[in-house]
Amino acid sequence: MALIIGLVIIGIIVVLLLVFAGTYNGLVGARNQVKNAWAQIDVQLKRRHDLIPNLTETVKGYMKHERETLEAVTNARSLAIKAVDGGVAAQSKAEGELSQALSRLMAVVESYPDLKANQNFLALQEELTSTENKIGFSRQFYNDSVLKYNNQTQMFPSNIVASMAGFKPGEFFEVTAADEREAPKVSFS
Amino acid sequence: MWEQIRDNQVRSTILVTAMGILLIMVGSLLGQALLGDWSFGLVISLLIWLIMTLIAYFQGDSILLSLSGAKKIGPDDLPRLYNVVEEMKIASGLEKMPDVYIIDDPALNAFATGRDKNKTSVAVTAGLLQRLNRDELQGVLGHEMAHIKNRDVMLMAICSVLLGTIVILAWYGTRFLFWGGLGGSRRGSSSGGGYAQIIILIVAVVLMILAPIMAQLIYLAISRKREYLADSSSALYTRYPEGLASALEKIAASTEQMKSVNNATAPMYIINPFRKKEQVAEDLTSTHPPISERIRILRAMAGNVSFAAYNSAYNQVHKGGGGIMPGSALSETAQIPEKEIRVQAISADTIDAKNERARETSEVLWGLNDYRSVTCKCGTKFKMPPDFFSDTFQCPHCGAINRI
Repeated sequence: MALIIGLVIIGIIVVLLLVFAGTYNGLVGARNQVKNAWAQIDVQLKRRHDLIPNLTETVKGYMKHERETLEAVTNARSLAIKAVDGGVAAQSKAEGELSQALSRLMAVVESYPDLKANQNFLALQEELTSTENKIGFSRQFYNDSVLKYNNQTQMFPSNIVASMAGFKPGEFFEVTAADEREAPKVSFS
Repeated sequence: MWEQIRDNQVRSTILVTAMGILLIMVGSLLGQALLGDWSFGLVISLLIWLIMTLIAYFQGDSILLSLSGAKKIGPDDLPRLYNVVEEMKIASGLEKMPDVYIIDDPALNAFATGRDKNKTSVAVTAGLLQRLNRDELQGVLGHEMAHIKNRDVMLMAICSVLLGTIVILAWYGTRFLFWGGLGGSRRGSSSGGGYAQIIILIVAVVLMILAPIMAQLIYLAISRKREYLADSSSALYTRYPEGLASALEKIAASTEQMKSVNNATAPMYIINPFRKKEQVAEDLTSTHPPISERIRILRAMAGNVSFAAYNSAYNQVHKGGGGIMPGSALSETAQIPEKEIRVQAISADTIDAKNERARETSEVLWGLNDYRSVTCKCGTKFKMPPDFFSDTFQCPHCGAINRI
């Protein structure tokens, strides 16, 4: 009898351990996905930084009277590159300003029909539109991953494992500057 | 929120098993009817099944792509398409970029295929590229990406080869039974047991006719639900259900028919490619839910793009329906707002934009079909077919002789 009770207790402990391990691994997976999703945003931001010199080079010849607009883009880019290691808030502020400078440049392009017929520029424009979209989508996926991970850390029963093993909830990406909410639409076509 | 759609998996196992059993039945009956030996037919059909499954796993996607005449493109061939695929790859959180294919066909359609998360492909028709604007293209590719993410493609690749095997076996089986099999039955009756042989023949003929239909029905049992799921995932990825709704509307209004499809590949497309010529696609589909209904559901989501919102939109369209989404999907957050500001605004679909899309698409197709581009000194551009018989030709505008 005692043997049976003992076996049952051992069985329960084993099951509990297995459930704990499974939940723990699930949490680690979700946390890694959050980290990975964050890295993906940086990949796209870097891509945008790389595109800009090409863009300003192509545009320069056509735009004689827009030196300020162009300089604003170049400056915003170098500030954004500096801000890469400056923490989330500083980085998103700098990237927001870069988005704004770019959208001003693209608005100006409308009055240069020659430029809009340049194949090289059109290709760059497509790349830039798409990179803006990719930045948006990678932020969206980051937030979705954070939501999923946070749900796991807060919902029963995985929250028990999360608090025991010290899983902290993730931070959502939020567009900080109010004016950037309207800016990132670099719309051509 | 993304990949927990697992309760389709039990269903999938049943589906595959049922198709396998059907294949074995067809095989063994054919063996009995043609050669008078059950076990021989059984072994042969099992072998075919095994080989076919292996082929499906290792080659299924390339077979399907070549059956539909799809041609692979790189990022530089058609940046717009490639970029939209990559955008949706990022939004869905897929780890690896699918290969991108174009099908040289004026019909409006698209499909995804692949065996696992690391080897997948999406294919779109030239017609689709010409007619859809960027938001609509995003909606369609979001739908295809959801098929990949939900692992529908792997199952579909295996099933469609199984279905294809059954269809082929039944097709040739019927012909052998009518022409060769009658001779066999005469031999059988001369050695006695004629009645049994005739009954087997009749059963075989009936099965040969029914098997492809049954296989198709089994397929149907699952593909509809997966279409709804892919639609709602697309809304979630793009945060913009109207894009897909408007794309489906254009697709439904088109009367072009796909040139190269067969029974096996049909369920993979975003809408059923089998439509009578000059007939509008609406509500005639069988592998897919009615398009008009899919559009109504997407439009009833009212600014909320979560799975739960799709589910209640579905219930709203089907009065008193029991819902369509798996329970696991509904436990997630119920309120995910549509994007306040679109990532890029819907481009007003101007004539210029349409012309540009048509030019861009045909340019890619010329290249993919090995046409050579020749510019005459008068400025006229020519596309010369790869099998052009001569080295030179005369320009019809200025009369100059051009070398190719």
